[in-house]
Amino acid sequence: MRTGELLARGGPLVGLVLVCVVFVFLVGPQFLGPANLELIARQTAIVCTAALGMTLVIVAAGIDLSVGSIVSLSTVVIAIVLRHAGGPGLAALAAIASAAGCGLVTGVLVTRLKVVPFIVTLGMMLLVRGAAKGLADERRLEAPITWLNDLLRTASAALVPLGVWMMAALALVVAGILRYTRFGRHLFAIGSNERTARLCGVRVERTKVAVYALSAALAGLAGVLQFSKLSVGDPTVAVGLELDVIAAVIIGGGSLSGGKGTALGTVLGATIMAVIQIGCSQRGLPNWVQQIVTGGIIVAAVALDRWRLRAGAGERAA
Amino acid sequence: MTDPPRFEMRGIRKAFGATVALDGVGLAVRAGEVCALVGPNGAGKSTLMGVLSGALVPDGGTMALDGSAYRPRDPLAARRAGVAMIHQELSLAPHLSVTDNVVLGLEPARFGVVRRAEARDRATQALGRLGHADIDPAAAVGALPPAAQQLVEIARAFAVGCRVLVLDEPTSSLGREDARRLFELVRRLRADGQAVVYISHFLEEVKEVADRFVVLRDGRNVGEGRTEAASHDDIVSMMIGRRVGEMYPRGQRTPGDVVLDVEDLGPGGVRFALRRGEVLGIAGLVGAGRTRLLRTLFGLEPVRAGRVRLGVHAGAFPPSARWEQGMGLVSEDRKGEGLAASLGVADNLTLSRLDGLGPGPIVLPSRRDAAARRWIDRLDVRCRGPRQPVSELSGGNQQKVALARLLHHDVDVMLLDEPTRGIDVGSKAQVYELVDALVAGGEGRAPRAVLLVSSDFPELLGVCDRIAVMCRGRLGAARPVSELDEHRLVLEAAGGAA
Repeated sequence: MRTGELLARGGPLVGLVLVCVVFVFLVGPQFLGPANLELIARQTAIVCTAALGMTLVIVAAGIDLSVGSIVSLSTVVIAIVLRHAGGPGLAALAAIASAAGCGLVTGVLVTRLKVVPFIVTLGMMLLVRGAAKGLADERRLEAPITWLNDLLRTASAALVPLGVWMMAALALVVAGILRYTRFGRHLFAIGSNERTARLCGVRVERTKVAVYALSAALAGLAGVLQFSKLSVGDPTVAVGLELDVIAAVIIGGGSLSGGKGTALGTVLGATIMAVIQIGCSQRGLPNWVQQIVTGGIIVAAVALDRWRLRAGAGERAA
Repeated sequence: MTDPPRFEMRGIRKAFGATVALDGVGLAVRAGEVCALVGPNGAGKSTLMGVLSGALVPDGGTMALDGSAYRPRDPLAARRAGVAMIHQELSLAPHLSVTDNVVLGLEPARFGVVRRAEARDRATQALGRLGHADIDPAAAVGALPPAAQQLVEIARAFAVGCRVLVLDEPTSSLGREDARRLFELVRRLRADGQAVVYISHFLEEVKEVADRFVVLRDGRNVGEGRTEAASHDDIVSMMIGRRVGEMYPRGQRTPGDVVLDVEDLGPGGVRFALRRGEVLGIAGLVGAGRTRLLRTLFGLEPVRAGRVRLGVHAGAFPPSARWEQGMGLVSEDRKGEGLAASLGVADNLTLSRLDGLGPGPIVLPSRRDAAARRWIDRLDVRCRGPRQPVSELSGGNQQKVALARLLHHDVDVMLLDEPTRGIDVGSKAQVYELVDALVAGGEGRAPRAVLLVSSDFPELLGVCDRIAVMCRGRLGAARPVSELDEHRLVLEAAGGAA
């Protein structure tokens, strides 16, 4: 059990060390130089921010496929507010609020219609994407340059860009929510056995609506970072981002059947994906290699998890 | 008496990690003898039979079959040697025919082509030996009733010439009539010179079919004897290590004021009043509506008609409010509803009441674990610690966790739905002790009120102060246990004269 537990907790970390070592061999020691580390952190920020929200949803045995669409909607909302002479702070808030609104709708649909979240959020994915396109009139919206554009730009004084600091702070908050709050314990209970949660007086519906709204708000924040990178509102950006986000959670030890997942694991999962991406491109490996490697890691992460579960069950037979 | 027994196991030891499952267990059965193997859950019965049937390799000890050393490498080797085990859950291929199932793995074939006629003959012959030539060898097994499926599995054992047959809880999925026919079959096998090991929780069955019984507890032999010479009481006290009379303790109980008052609750117009300091039992058959009644009271099902008053709270409330009002429910469906299997003991135990474990909405793991540890000690829950997933605990210990949740929440009114179903005798005794202590009060705590649903009538008579019988959604009047006996309860539950 001790090795099993170690693998469970340390699995993603071991994975990250492994991919780093591999790329140090392939690319050279400068791969772990400060400039490159900062690049990795910057690259991680968008997926990771959204993935932290997704972790909460997945712990509660849900899923949200509309994340990519919400990110694009956020960039559009920011551009529109900026073009109408709103301040950058207001623009970011508007983006996060509209994202949370999408999540609220998802949550209400999931709990009221009692349709599985996969289907509801598949619908929301198209719905939100359509809304973003409609709002932007199917164009990329140019917007005036503000401090929002600096969120992922290297600030010499702060070691890494502000956006990365935000992501790190957020990871701590999400870790705290999962570990140390009533809300977090309720999420684990719902994910592990919804009927037990209901029996124990957990307000299951309310908790679910809250978690979808919260997760979507974080996707909105990821949208703010995305806008910072693009500096335009783009309704066609981040197509398929939700799959990267889900992959980060799974690599980090989350389980799609619920009841499992950690913020730290998710951060590591997102970092592993960024390392592979950057490593492959610096080595000059084509995109398809990168995709094969990432796919392999996802399958390996899940296989490892299964194997660990079985090992645990074997000892249990005693 | 000079012949060696059909099989003999001596000093069998088997450990899983740090857990010693078998500690020098012996078992010998003669040809033409039926020996019952009994003991509480976790006593080592399944492990012992696993060793006998080749599924487990023992750490120590010797085995002999008809006097010669027997050491199966795997279940197939055991089957070839003539040792067959019929598990509780049958291992048949439902889409294949009876014949195919009987010869599965040992098909008569020439050049890889199955000789169908010979296979069918073997199947018919084996079924004939069991006195059940009426089963069509061409029928698909999945279409047969459970009793017939079991026969097919036994026939499979005979098709390879079995000498030792192990039946593990064979009547658990059978009706009364099918069980009776199975007993006949077992007697027939005995007359046929088979050695039969019969594992069962039901002592009536043991008395009916077995010549001898062997009792295991905690991986050791703790007693044996001839069934005709032993009473139920004797066997049970060997299983639990104490007398049966002590199973149902009764402290000083003084019924207080009414805490739960139910009037004309639909469907069926249920009415009763539950007082502090008493256990009110609800007897009945499965499907009589007892579980639904508890769930309705607890807000898991809507109140369609009638009035419910819990203390000062009149009306229908959701479970979250019920907990706050001081009512708790232990679900009959431990795996599906009662517990979140993948979560730890402490998480399950504290889920309904996380306040007080830290400031505001914060839950401190250390405080949570400390709260859980208190109940783990108090109820003697066997676990590695508060964070061990409940799925890894035995049934009895899981049930204690489910009960401990009500204690952690400190509720006044406890709705217990089949709280001892599927748990071992030792844990049952602990549950009874706990319920008695709770309604008796003490330790500076007012007596609680318990509403107990159970299908185990002796248990109801032992634990309750009053019992009402439910039949087809209607609840009869509650009467003191002194006016009732098991016979009456069975009769009334089945809708006989009140």
